[in-house]
Amino acid sequence: MPSSESDASMEQEEEEKGKHNEDEEDSDAHMDPKEEDDEEDDDEEEQEELQIKWVPLSKRPEWADIQPVSQDDGPYPVVPILYTAQFRETMDYFRAILALDERSPRALLLTEEAIRLNAGNYTVWHFRKLVLQALSYDLWEELKFIERIAKANYKNYQIWHHRRWTAENIGPAAMTTELQFTEEAFLKDAKNYHAWSHRQWVLRTYGGWEEELAFCDKLLHQDIYNNSAWNQRYFVIKNSPFLGGVGAMREHELNYCRDAIAVDSANESPWRYLKGLYKGDDEALPRSTTVPAIVLIELQKNKDCIYALDLLLELLCLGYEPSQELIGALGLQLDSCSAFQIATFVCTHLKEIDTMRMLYWDWRLNALSNASTS
Amino acid sequence: MGELTITKHVEYIKSLDKRKDLETALTEHLRMSGAYWGLTSMDLMGHLSEMDKEAIMVWLFKCQHDSGGFSGNVDHDPHILYTLSAVQILALYDELDAIDKEKVAAYISGLQQEDGSFAGDEWGEVDTRFSYCAICCLSLLKRLDKINIRKAVEYIASCKNFDGGFGCNPGGESHAGQIFCCVGALAIAGALDLVDKDLLGWWLCERQVPSGGLNGRPEKLPDVCYSWWVLSSLVMIDRVHWINKDKLKQFILDCQDKEHGGISDRPEDAVDVFHTYFGVAGLSLLEYEGLRPIDPAYALPVDVVDRIFYS
Repeated sequence: MPSSESDASMEQEEEEKGKHNEDEEDSDAHMDPKEEDDEEDDDEEEQEELQIKWVPLSKRPEWADIQPVSQDDGPYPVVPILYTAQFRETMDYFRAILALDERSPRALLLTEEAIRLNAGNYTVWHFRKLVLQALSYDLWEELKFIERIAKANYKNYQIWHHRRWTAENIGPAAMTTELQFTEEAFLKDAKNYHAWSHRQWVLRTYGGWEEELAFCDKLLHQDIYNNSAWNQRYFVIKNSPFLGGVGAMREHELNYCRDAIAVDSANESPWRYLKGLYKGDDEALPRSTTVPAIVLIELQKNKDCIYALDLLLELLCLGYEPSQELIGALGLQLDSCSAFQIATFVCTHLKEIDTMRMLYWDWRLNALSNASTS
Repeated sequence: MGELTITKHVEYIKSLDKRKDLETALTEHLRMSGAYWGLTSMDLMGHLSEMDKEAIMVWLFKCQHDSGGFSGNVDHDPHILYTLSAVQILALYDELDAIDKEKVAAYISGLQQEDGSFAGDEWGEVDTRFSYCAICCLSLLKRLDKINIRKAVEYIASCKNFDGGFGCNPGGESHAGQIFCCVGALAIAGALDLVDKDLLGWWLCERQVPSGGLNGRPEKLPDVCYSWWVLSSLVMIDRVHWINKDKLKQFILDCQDKEHGGISDRPEDAVDVFHTYFGVAGLSLLEYEGLRPIDPAYALPVDVVDRIFYS
């Protein structure tokens, strides 16, 4: 795995980003289980606060009856820093109540302390669920607890899983708070994979579709390069009970793509989204008048626009007959070109300008020749 | 082009077991995967024999639960992630016969849901990562008949997106890590015909950025871990020649700590065992000299996979 791992929890960060949003931090849920997060500053603040207030469990009367269970770590010494000492003692008491299976109010408080120290420890979260069930705890209060923990840990798998479990147990009444919770997460990172996944679950399970297309639009206005928001937009037009499906929305969405592409034709997301509008209905693509118009506009601005050339190639392969204007935009002679010659020209040109993927375009070129001879 | 400082990386991995710092404490719950990353890296570099197999085996068996599943460490709950890591470690050491395979298979098959997907554990989180874990693990145990493989494949196919990639659930954004899991699971299940290879291949090779590194989604920074996830997926769909291999090789080599060993996510960042594994595994897929070849679907050295299936 990495596999497995990959799984493991993917958390770690990939921080960031690309060329376009340099001032924000973006991290991605990727799959590394380390669950760290980007928001280290917050983390540190929180930890400092904890350390100031922390009274060792061994000094608290309510824990006097518990014999802590230490982990066997062999002969190597523990690094003597305060945080580690606190961490260790808390976990020693946690192991003790876990072994006793003590589902009590003080156990709930202890899981909170342990989670604050390490929100990635899935065993603590599991035990907390058992305690919540045993105490018939108010789950709306639990949502608030998660919000406090999440502030420093928006990329942690366990938090989102626990959030989902809590919201599931509350039922449809949780719809609004859950949509809001993801919006809080997007303020820190509008590409947070867990948050988008949670939001899709809320929509599918409890509804809230009415405003979702507008929500996508708002996020795309904030960052037109946000591929997660583009993906959500596709999710909405495909699944919303109010919009009629991808086919019904196609023309509307083509215009949306056109405007996004006009901002920056090197933005991969709207071009892929545009092609996605024809997923499973390839034959409709060469019949469109809007699509070639978008290609023409962009090629007239920049004849080296990779995504426009790629889309033109796709159109030609599907039997589209290019207009003279489009041929002219490529810099070709008007009269002497067959569709095959134009496609060959486009492909050869792509190979020259997108050198990183030269062998991909080479393959497309070969595929063209093979198609023409067969 | 620089070189892979194998001796340093070997020393780095050997030192991990002795560390008792905060990072070690914070990751103790996923030690099983950490062990898998470290041991696989050592095996790819030809140094597995330097690890204390006996101690690892004793510890690993302490992590197995009555349910048959393995936990990330002693005193933790079983989870499918760590069950796969444990089985992969047993495969590396040719010790798969040391466990009760039926019991492990029963644990995994018990996690399959009605729609074919898999939960990670008894608490029910569903993700295509867990589909990969289940299928890879059962295949290594030769127990794929214990689950409804047709439904498992259908669920993965339902997570395919308009751009050819895959997400964690139906409708989830395409992400290189999830793509590895889905393509890997489909490869093992013999269902790669469900992948739109040309469309996905282009999406994957578009992940290569000018520095030569690969990112996991559009507009993200490159990261060494994608050298594994993107690259292994490209190998499985037979499109790896579409990227610039030399530039990627250079990017990975630039992420090494040549003085103390280990590989980081990006040049000049702090190293960890996770990225060390992905860097070494990526270079292995790129046929770097001196590394043993790795299987892109099972994420184990090719000779380990051959030993399981062909001997």
